[in-house]
Amino acid sequence: MSKNLNLTLRVWRQRGPADSGAFGTYKADGINDDMSFLEMLDVVNERLIGDGKDPIAFDHDCREGICGSCGFVIDGRPHGPQPGTTVCQLHMRHFNDGDDITVEPWRAAAFPIIKDLVVSRAPFDKIIQAGGYISAPTGAARDANSTLIPKPTADLAFDAAACIGCGACVAACPNGAAQLFTSAKIAHLNLLPQGQPERWSRVTSMVEVMESYFGSCTNYRECEAVCPKGISIDFIAKMNRDFLQAKFRDKKKLAGGPLGDAG
Amino acid sequence: MPELNASVPPGPLAEKWDNHKFDTKLVAPQNRRKFQIIVVGTGLAGGAAAATLGEMGYNVKAFCFQDSPRRAHSIAAQGGINAAKNYKSDGDSVHRLFYDTIKGGDYRAREANVHRLAEISTQIIDQCVAQGVPFAREYGGLLDNRSFGGAQVSRTFYARGQTGQQLELGAYQALSRQVELGSVKMYPRTEMLDLVMKDGRAVGIVVRDLVTGEITSHSAHAVVLATGGYGNVFFLSTNAKGSNVTATWRAHKRGAYFANPCYTQIHPTCIPVSGDYQSKLTLMSESLRNDGRVWVPKAKGDKRPANQIPDAERDYYLERRYPSFGNLVPRDVASRAAKVVVDEGYGVGEIANGVYLDFADAIRRLGRATIEQRYGNLFDMYAKITGDNPYEVPMRIYPAVHYTMGGLWVDYNLMSNIPGLFVIGEANFSDHGANRLGASALMQGLADGYFVLPTTIAGELATQLNQPPVSTDSAEFRAAEQSVKDGISRLLGIKGSRTVDSFHRQLGKTMWEHCGMARNTAGLTAALKEIGQLREEFWSDVRVLGENESLNQSLEKAGRVADFLELGELMCQDALHREESCGGHFREEHQTPDGEALRDDDNFAYVAAWEFAGAGRPGVLHKEDLNFEFVHLAQRSYK
Amino acid sequence: MLSGSAPRTSAAAQAPAVRQRRKHHLWVLYFYGSAIGKKAVMAVTGIVLLGFVLMHMVGNLKLYYPDAERHLNAYGEWLRTFGEPALPHTGFLWILRGGLILSFILHIHAAVSLTLMNRQARPIKYQGGRSYAAADYAARTMRWSGFIIGFYVLFHLADLTWGNANPDFIRGEPYNNLYYSFERVPVALVYIVANLLLGLHIYHGAWSLFQSLGLANPRFNQWRRTFAAVFAAAIVIGNVSFPIAVLAGAVDEPEHITGEARLIEHAHTLGTAAETLPGVTFHA
Repeated sequence: MSKNLNLTLRVWRQRGPADSGAFGTYKADGINDDMSFLEMLDVVNERLIGDGKDPIAFDHDCREGICGSCGFVIDGRPHGPQPGTTVCQLHMRHFNDGDDITVEPWRAAAFPIIKDLVVSRAPFDKIIQAGGYISAPTGAARDANSTLIPKPTADLAFDAAACIGCGACVAACPNGAAQLFTSAKIAHLNLLPQGQPERWSRVTSMVEVMESYFGSCTNYRECEAVCPKGISIDFIAKMNRDFLQAKFRDKKKLAGGPLGDAG
Repeated sequence: MPELNASVPPGPLAEKWDNHKFDTKLVAPQNRRKFQIIVVGTGLAGGAAAATLGEMGYNVKAFCFQDSPRRAHSIAAQGGINAAKNYKSDGDSVHRLFYDTIKGGDYRAREANVHRLAEISTQIIDQCVAQGVPFAREYGGLLDNRSFGGAQVSRTFYARGQTGQQLELGAYQALSRQVELGSVKMYPRTEMLDLVMKDGRAVGIVVRDLVTGEITSHSAHAVVLATGGYGNVFFLSTNAKGSNVTATWRAHKRGAYFANPCYTQIHPTCIPVSGDYQSKLTLMSESLRNDGRVWVPKAKGDKRPANQIPDAERDYYLERRYPSFGNLVPRDVASRAAKVVVDEGYGVGEIANGVYLDFADAIRRLGRATIEQRYGNLFDMYAKITGDNPYEVPMRIYPAVHYTMGGLWVDYNLMSNIPGLFVIGEANFSDHGANRLGASALMQGLADGYFVLPTTIAGELATQLNQPPVSTDSAEFRAAEQSVKDGISRLLGIKGSRTVDSFHRQLGKTMWEHCGMARNTAGLTAALKEIGQLREEFWSDVRVLGENESLNQSLEKAGRVADFLELGELMCQDALHREESCGGHFREEHQTPDGEALRDDDNFAYVAAWEFAGAGRPGVLHKEDLNFEFVHLAQRSYK
Repeated sequence: MLSGSAPRTSAAAQAPAVRQRRKHHLWVLYFYGSAIGKKAVMAVTGIVLLGFVLMHMVGNLKLYYPDAERHLNAYGEWLRTFGEPALPHTGFLWILRGGLILSFILHIHAAVSLTLMNRQARPIKYQGGRSYAAADYAARTMRWSGFIIGFYVLFHLADLTWGNANPDFIRGEPYNNLYYSFERVPVALVYIVANLLLGLHIYHGAWSLFQSLGLANPRFNQWRRTFAAVFAAAIVIGNVSFPIAVLAGAVDEPEHITGEARLIEHAHTLGTAAETLPGVTFHA
């Protein structure tokens, strides 16, 4: 049976990238605990508009935890208190009547605030553009079953590929590092046989772009703890290993030229 | 009434596509860089098309309203993608996939398109595997398959319950590669607000930068719309909150015909509504029906917990009514059956608005671990949303708006009636007829994006060789920009009393009641009136705060809801005119004695393509007759 | 002109700062220029330093031998004379010291430059505070523990190697120096605190180095944490026991039983008379 909650929200309000921003305090009364956190914000926004006040801007789209649009810090924790849950899937039944809740955007130099809780995550796209793909021209593929992939390998690649690119890992990392995001894509592709030809160039160039925007990894494990998809930091270790191996390899092999190997 | 020419190539069904590829004019590689192509939307269809066109050497500009092209709503598709690979040797073939799709669509799709789709399906799997999409595998390393509704073979490839995500990321990665190579220029957080026409051709678009509010024009030799479906006209649907009809609707207002708008797919397995605050509905993949059994108590208003109701007092109504397909009947059939039992008072849950989807048998038979592996993420999602543990108690499900088979009319080349304007994926009126089979949306999106459009667009571009794109300084672009700016000023200037969402909710309620799972003349007539009034109220009383020159989510929503209001009227008009039941369109006046959809092939075996005649004015109907040369029209039966 | 206006795009408005890295032609500098390279260097130098603290602690366990003074001083002497005559006197020791100094400098340089990089990556902290979900105290205090240990090492050298912080210092008599150093309660306390911090630093570092070097495998992952905990505990227990033992009187007072010959020889090497060495007191 659902019940109603009366809450006090402290939400970061910032008009634009240049504005310095500050917390605004809002009463959220009569919140049904079956609501999702975003539905609660919808209710608050409808009331704000009713009062002629600017509603709180936040990114969101699918509201089923897969598009990666939503995400902000709730009481000091990216995506809030429930492990393995994006804010759109976080339900108010995990809060108590009378709670004070602090809501703040992701904070990282690479993620400038656009407005309120909305940040730009464009550097994530840049990292993928640097090599987060397998070059497979349309129409040139051979039969799908001609490459056998052991189930454990496919499963592990999938575990890495489950990343939704929400940015919680960066938000949680005390260093503002994007190692979990980057390593997940590298691991997904570098584990698969199809990914081998570009394996070494991929890790080198993706890491380079990553480091041009983000901090470094000091193995705090905060990223793994807040990742809504439970991506493991083992993939970071794998990325480090591939990066080190790539650096110790012959440059000609790195180029993926005729001397390139598939190992 | 003018007839529409679909430009279907002649010849035997199985040879049409091959012949057409040969007959279509080509653009030589060295000439491709002379062409500018705009792709709006970066889901499976748009992402795949932009990537492939860029790879071929065209100059491509890709636009999406999300902050990254990876977030398009294709990413939320769960269950899988069909392909006639016949890896399971269970009698599948291109022809069977073609036949199943035509039949599943209740004989309201164009044969030649559907056959092409079935042919290409196998190539899609090859392409995606080459890109590194981690499809489920068997222990021997081969690809695994599952079965989906409306089919008696296992032809669905899947990546856990996140197939759409993995395919979308595959397309996004291919797109990212082209962005890096410079062949595609990406414009995220940018929304198309108008189509620009010159001399009857589509020559570009006007967009708004959602961060700065800047209105800019982009000119091209061809415009490709891949902007998805319009299910959000119902407010509550399984679509993403941002999914909208604006791009296709504004193209419609510039002359593109809107085909079969009333064909709406109501997905049978969604989590029921829990309250008025509900912002969207969450789908539970159809794949769950592989192992879950649908039932309601035999007694009306039975309030006992599910596990205290003995088997003899349960009505497994799908298995009872459709013994051969059982729980795997097509979506429209399953949805209506659920509506019937709930309407009759057998519903379960706090507000008696659902039916059970029970895994107890499957868990007993296969063990919890197997079920967890197959559907773990779906079960987790269900638990998060409802607070119930589906391993212990049956899921509660109810149908929800999911997919729209209607969309802009396109010919065999996927070109709309406006030369230079192409429409792909869910945005076009598509290959699914009046009902789409599960795991076919991903197939169609990728077929259009990777394989069909990049081939057929050349035929149109070839006619434009050495013609420079129209300057964005021209009068046509200036006028379009001005009209977009005027529209925005108008919305901001109303300063009324009601929020955008309150209008949207009200529209959705009207649509769901009168143009939802079951429709009738009285309801549709009432809806037309209500929506008309609501539209007028919207334009006099909506409250959009803030300004254009910064991120303004209310303003974005307002523009989209304004278009939904006009679309809603067209949907009701189309539903009212189609005096038959077919697939997702169920007219209560037209049903068999046992409550199944009753088609009228003599009078309605056509595509209804509507021409815009002004807001609040009935659209002008154009028909494309559907000629079935290769399949025999029959009453669908899943018994 | 293909496209229309494109001057004020949102991409420009939202563009975060990009750090441009110099492209060194020298492979090793290019490698060290990357953060992952620096972390690998920290891991490898960390292993060297771990080896050192372990050997250092184990060597000092001679304090508990029945004939502790002789053993400890002989061990010190052995370190200085090992490898002779192939190596000059204290040659081996200086090779060890060279490796240690290089590791120490690289470890610190990498840590400092990564810290600066990380500061830039989050210029504005969470204004509403943050709650940690996984990072333990050791991980969060690496920079502080490292910083303090670094300064402690300087004091430790001044106290027991150079002697300028120890009035009772006798060059070549580690037993004596250690004894009189720990007899001073404040010094013993500083030593104990520094070793607890060293334990914390190792607890995170000895686990972290596996990650940095890419050594992760489900088969041994759980042992990485155990290894780090056991290593840190061993170092802390061993090292902290020394001052406690001295203060508790469980260790005998130095008797300078190192032997005249060795001392004279030592003084000779230095070109000084033993008696004139600073801080030397004969208890005889």
